[in-house]
Amino acid sequence: MLVLALDTSTAACTVALVELGAPASAAVGSGPERVLAERSAWDARRHGELLAPMMSAVLTEAGVRPPDVAAVVVGVGPGPFTSLRVGMVTGSAFAAALGIPAHGVCSLDGIGLGTAGPVGVVTDARRREVFWARYQDGTRQGEPAVGAPAAVAADLLAAGVRRVVGPGVALYPEAFASFEPVTPLVGESGQPGQPGHAGPAGESICPAPPLLVRVAAAAILDGRAPGPLVPLYLRRPDAAEPRPPKSVTAATEAGAVAPAAAGATAG
Amino acid sequence: MTSRDSPLVLGIETSCDETGVGLVRGGVLLADALASSVDEHARYGGVVPEIAARAHLEAMVPTIERALGQAGLRHRDVDAVAVTAGPGLAGALLVGVAAAKAYALALGVPLHGVHHLAAHVAVDTLEHGPLPRPSVALLVSGGHSSLLLVPDLATEPVVPLGATVDDAAGEAYDKVARLLGMPFPGGPPIDAAARAGRADIPFPRAKAGDGTFDFSFSGLKTAVARWVEARRRSGEPVPVADVAASFQEAVADVLTAKAVAACRAHGVDTLVIGGGVAANSRLRALAALRCEAAGITLRVPRPGLCTDNGAMVAALGSLRVEAGVAPSSLELAATSALAL
Ligand SMILES: [Zn+2]
Repeated sequence: MLVLALDTSTAACTVALVELGAPASAAVGSGPERVLAERSAWDARRHGELLAPMMSAVLTEAGVRPPDVAAVVVGVGPGPFTSLRVGMVTGSAFAAALGIPAHGVCSLDGIGLGTAGPVGVVTDARRREVFWARYQDGTRQGEPAVGAPAAVAADLLAAGVRRVVGPGVALYPEAFASFEPVTPLVGESGQPGQPGHAGPAGESICPAPPLLVRVAAAAILDGRAPGPLVPLYLRRPDAAEPRPPKSVTAATEAGAVAPAAAGATAG
Repeated sequence: MTSRDSPLVLGIETSCDETGVGLVRGGVLLADALASSVDEHARYGGVVPEIAARAHLEAMVPTIERALGQAGLRHRDVDAVAVTAGPGLAGALLVGVAAAKAYALALGVPLHGVHHLAAHVAVDTLEHGPLPRPSVALLVSGGHSSLLLVPDLATEPVVPLGATVDDAAGEAYDKVARLLGMPFPGGPPIDAAARAGRADIPFPRAKAGDGTFDFSFSGLKTAVARWVEARRRSGEPVPVADVAASFQEAVADVLTAKAVAACRAHGVDTLVIGGGVAANSRLRALAALRCEAAGITLRVPRPGLCTDNGAMVAALGSLRVEAGVAPSSLELAATSALAL
């Protein structure tokens, strides 16, 4: 069965069309998915423009029409809010239009699933913080969280983790100086031992859609209805309640959060 | 004039705090579903962009399903998808644009990115039929205050004649309401309070006689604050109804005077008023009075169609599709400061 998977939780925008069936090989780390077409682009500000044409491109490349797709898998973060929402609403709307299920998967699993041993997956949360989760042989241990790089590094070390991977690592080299990197391979994702997708210069990796599909594979193959897609924001929106109106002689704009003045939040 | 052969257009609007989905076929409104996050913003005294964007993501697909349900139609009945591409809050617009692309791609139908202000004008055609060319439109809400010259809605861009140079009219309502201890949004409570008041406090009419079609409401808001403060300092009670009525009169006076002047200057005999502030009773009454005196036909959609909604986007999309306008590409960007 054909599954369209996408993720916009990092600076990358990634899409894959995957054929899901019985495991093709018994190789360690391989899953039941076969990639038919795949696209990735790195541009943190243009997910909204890139995603739909990339979906169109993978469908065309694979010679698949939208009604032939049987399920959608979407990375639900954590990730910067604005780009994360692009992927989530795209996945849920595409699925709704076709009357097919949309399965949400923690985006960090699209990196962590491809790792062996104890590994920390770390992505950019902006504002001098990272999103992170701990993996043991590809299985996430607990819920993803957000924190300052140094504090996250200390938590990982305390849990016996010596290896880290993800776009958050290179952003905070000092915090993660004592860790060993898990080096991603450039090229096709979802292969044994390969944690996620590598960026253009191999400097940065992002969740690999085929790995996201693998997380949801059992549910999809069993025809289990997915729960609602809930974004993993892990932060409350920035919003300050207004103070009582100030004297006009002091200031006129006191606390009002007008659209123009409120500015962008972390997303 | 409905035609079963006319294309069914799905319209999506997410430029501010309303998730709107409309269905229009051949100039006939078949569904108008709305989810609003306005209550979530009330305690902040204004729309918080991130809260609005989160609400859009939650409401988007359910609102589309609701619209289809209202019309008794299925996804595959949709012949084209129209969406507000801007202007508006960037993060909010992005949710609607991404959803519209996903629907268009999944259903294999064309996508039309439309301008929010042009859609505000187009919605009037659902109630009052085709718009004479050209017309003048006055669009006033919490996010915009604009005078536009409207040639052909489907095929020609609307021409901005003037706009606010600072606060939008609706923003001024919100701020004055807060000053008077009234809830957000400020339009309805001020309108209600003004009914019992006398409009005899001489608040300023900024830019009234400057010969432009621009507005300014920041000074008015400050003047009201100063006046109320002076009263409070002197220990006198604040005549809330009179302040509300006088403020409202100042806003309606400038808006309608400039709108009528714009019609005259361009030899136009039809004025359309839209946006949330178009629900204001004094603005409607004064506009009716002045248009009548000037021989101008006034068209105002019912209040539910004046505020942001999906019907207006579907209405403009429908006009564009029927006029054979080329669709947008899937690369369509959400543009918060989209030019006209
Ligand atoms: Zn509007």
